Amino acid sequence: MPHDHHDHDHLSPSGHPYRQDNDGALTYWQTMEIAIRELMIEKGELSAAQIQAQIDAMDERSPANGAAVVARAWTDPDFRNRLLANGSDAAREMGFDIGPMHLVAVENTAHIHNLIVCTLCSCYPRNLLGLPPDWYKTREYRSRAVREPRAVLREFGVELPVTTTLRVHDSTADMRYIVLPARPAGTDGLSVDALAKLVTRDSMIGTGLAKAP
Amino acid sequence: MDDPTHRWHDMGGDAAGPVPLEGHDFAIWEKRVDALVILGQQRGHFTVDGLRRALEDMGEAAFESMTYYERWVAALNQNLVEAGVYSLEELGAKMEDVKARGDTYGAVQS
Repeated sequence: MPHDHHDHDHLSPSGHPYRQDNDGALTYWQTMEIAIRELMIEKGELSAAQIQAQIDAMDERSPANGAAVVARAWTDPDFRNRLLANGSDAAREMGFDIGPMHLVAVENTAHIHNLIVCTLCSCYPRNLLGLPPDWYKTREYRSRAVREPRAVLREFGVELPVTTTLRVHDSTADMRYIVLPARPAGTDGLSVDALAKLVTRDSMIGTGLAKAP
Repeated sequence: MDDPTHRWHDMGGDAAGPVPLEGHDFAIWEKRVDALVILGQQRGHFTVDGLRRALEDMGEAAFESMTYYERWVAALNQNLVEAGVYSLEELGAKMEDVKARGDTYGAVQS
């Protein structure tokens, strides 16, 4: 049947199917990306290996990096103090490449909850969390996080007590926030590694809470 | 601009609908755009502010009609042309060359 033939046509020279996102009709903007990349390589601006290395470095960044910082802050009061005093330096201390930006850690407590947004664009602590989720970049999140943050949090399944102070932090290209979530109850005996597993991406954006053990 | 004190990209506080929570894994072409944007800055051809200026000047229609990395590749291109890394003529010729190789992203890689 035609569909089988269609699938067969989409095997790459290596015999594997192309990634689904590579086998749609070539778009204008994809064509531009290829052209820019090839021009920069031809002109000696960049090498293909450099571009791949940058992608690899990006792929290695994930919320696990931020979770390691959070778990250490939960277990090492001196580190927590350094993190809150200078997030960039504290993250560098753990070996993370923060680049030139200022990283500001904001701490959730029993009475304060923090939420981060970039109302102007998509600034995000990508060096610690990886690339931002799609919703972080949407008009809906950017507009409403500073207008009705409690309603936004409810859409993420977080219902804050009315007595909790909610602070919303608007990031810029040069200054990016990360939330230090509150340590869950019942985690006294857990190791740093076990604690890190409770730290979700959303808990470091403020649209979630750390998981219960 | 309807309101010169509040450009379109300054969305904080506007009314909007529910946050769409569905996401997608980044395609390789999107990761390459991201990498080229970072490396283009490291080469000194533009700054993050130059990238944002191009994105913001595209206007609201582009925000609504183009995907995130489509807007980024357009802004990257504008900055690289302005920096003299290549000309628009060179870009156009290269894009024609790429298109002539095939019909899918996977098929036209050199």
